[in-house]
Amino acid sequence: MSDCKINPTEINMVDLKRRSFLKTSLGVVAVAIAPGMLLFDVAHGKSEPASGKVRWGMLIDTNQCKDGCNDCVGACNKENGLSDKTGATDPQWIRKIELKDSSSGRALSLPMMCQHCEHPPCVDVCPTTASFKRADGIVLVDKHRCIGCRYCMMACPYKARSFVHEPLHDQNPDVPRGKGTVESCTLCVHRVDQGQRPACAEACPNKAILFGDLNDANSEIAMKIRSVASAQVRADLQLNPGIRYQGL
Amino acid sequence: MPTLASLHFKNRLYWVLLSAGMLVALAGLYAVHLMEHHGHIITGMNNQIVWGLPHVFAIFLIVAASGVLNVASIGSVFGKAIYKARAPLASLLSIAMLAGGLTVLMLDLGRPDRIMVAATNYNLTSVFAWNVVLYSGMFALVIVYLWTMMERRMNPWNKPAGLAVFVWRFVLTTGTGLIFAFLTARQAYGSALLPPMFIVLSFAWGLAVFHLVQTSIYMWNEKTIDSAILQRKKHLLGIFVIGSLYMVATYHLTNLYFAHQTGFEHFILFDGGIYPALFWWGYVVLGNLLPLLLLYLPGIQRDRWAALASLLIIIGGFALLYVFIIGGQAYPLNIFPGYEVSSSFADGQIAAYRPSLYEFLLGFGGLAIAFIITTVSVRVLNFMPQDKPYIAD
Repeated sequence: MSDCKINPTEINMVDLKRRSFLKTSLGVVAVAIAPGMLLFDVAHGKSEPASGKVRWGMLIDTNQCKDGCNDCVGACNKENGLSDKTGATDPQWIRKIELKDSSSGRALSLPMMCQHCEHPPCVDVCPTTASFKRADGIVLVDKHRCIGCRYCMMACPYKARSFVHEPLHDQNPDVPRGKGTVESCTLCVHRVDQGQRPACAEACPNKAILFGDLNDANSEIAMKIRSVASAQVRADLQLNPGIRYQGL
Repeated sequence: MPTLASLHFKNRLYWVLLSAGMLVALAGLYAVHLMEHHGHIITGMNNQIVWGLPHVFAIFLIVAASGVLNVASIGSVFGKAIYKARAPLASLLSIAMLAGGLTVLMLDLGRPDRIMVAATNYNLTSVFAWNVVLYSGMFALVIVYLWTMMERRMNPWNKPAGLAVFVWRFVLTTGTGLIFAFLTARQAYGSALLPPMFIVLSFAWGLAVFHLVQTSIYMWNEKTIDSAILQRKKHLLGIFVIGSLYMVATYHLTNLYFAHQTGFEHFILFDGGIYPALFWWGYVVLGNLLPLLLLYLPGIQRDRWAALASLLIIIGGFALLYVFIIGGQAYPLNIFPGYEVSSSFADGQIAAYRPSLYEFLLGFGGLAIAFIITTVSVRVLNFMPQDKPYIAD
């Protein structure tokens, strides 16, 4: 057997090389994963689930809503990646309705969208539970579960839902949509989860749309609802919508 | 006895008919392919008329599929011999029409590729979801029922199977009616009268389809139906037609009585353009009055007239469903009672709808599927009614 001597400095050199290799590898892995993790974080927004203590809603002052003004509609279309087209097959998540009282002739104008009902008929009728209500009262459509049967469109008393009739291009990554599925106002859930207001409320030049937590007695919207007369559209159906109208 | 030449001719005719049916079914599938590729933009449907012509075909087929089983029920549950002899054919027609109707309904979805989602995510409050169970259950039950009739060893189970089918089809048609009855906000629907109305309509439409097919089978086999049997069938069909007309009249009269519904009734019955025309001429005159004349007028005793009456009842059924489904959506939703409204989303306006060729192709494709199933089955198995020499009841 031959004598085999190993120089201690050589061992040290091997250790050092191994150490630096491990460090470099860790660095490379971190650089590779970090952007993905960051994007993952951005995409998910807040990690905690929607709270049942909150009930998001709106109070729309029809006296402040100007006839012919379409700023809320434009802002919604831009925010959610909708075209501005208003053909019979084009989705419209929010629309301006011009009203005239049949007996008195009084004219008014208001925005109409998903009313985010407490008892939404769309959720009741959806066969696949694609239509659902979040704990904070926002009514949404799960685009991966919607089979496009359109029963929710038949059931909605407000005609708030649209069907995607053709292929889509240039979608907003925050607002996924899909051909052959039904969609409607999400109350800009992606903004609300970031602590922002819905796009329409922010865009209204006359501040006619007040957004907030209906359950919080100290919120501006709750205080206003206590002090002014407001109405729910088709209150006779007892769906308790989260969108209230003032001056109707 | 049929001659050799006539047998050759019939053989060729069978293949011609089968090929024609397959061509129509293929054209329907091609329309579906185009609808999947381009989206529903190529149909006449839009955000106001969300259910179009395919639903008219699908609902007719499904309702008739339930009603045709009446023939079987009268035989198996109530023990009438001449109906019992016809129960296998009635069951076959039920399966065939259910298959055709469900195919149309499924292929008209925005995402038919997600049918597994519908099967695995079940919303207990949705009448659509209930119907998924009701339709598939009906399929299975009728197949078992047919088995109990056509396999001698299974004969003892025929009565319970017949009873199960009898109950199931009532629930099924109730479910179909409930699809509309549960739509509280729409003027045309949201009425508890709709499920029983659909049940009575199913009796008339189902028996009409049955009679038409039975006449064809008898003609094919160069037989004539016993006049006593024909007479009873005609009377039953007449009663069903009168019954369904009564239900439809009641539905419209109750609506007319409610002040908030009169606008809608005026639209459907008088000034709605195509809808009143289809209602009065298509449903009432062609689909009811003329068939009743053909069935009851003395001197007209031949089975051919009864077959014509059946065909008219079917056409009337399509007309009624078109008015009910499309006309019901065309009339604007009353979101703001007491106000005149206008918007970019057709609020306050009558919605326009023109069915596209693709919708017709899909609808006829469904009929073709029912036709193919019936034609092939009648050829390979014995569905010819076998009447006993003496009718006991």
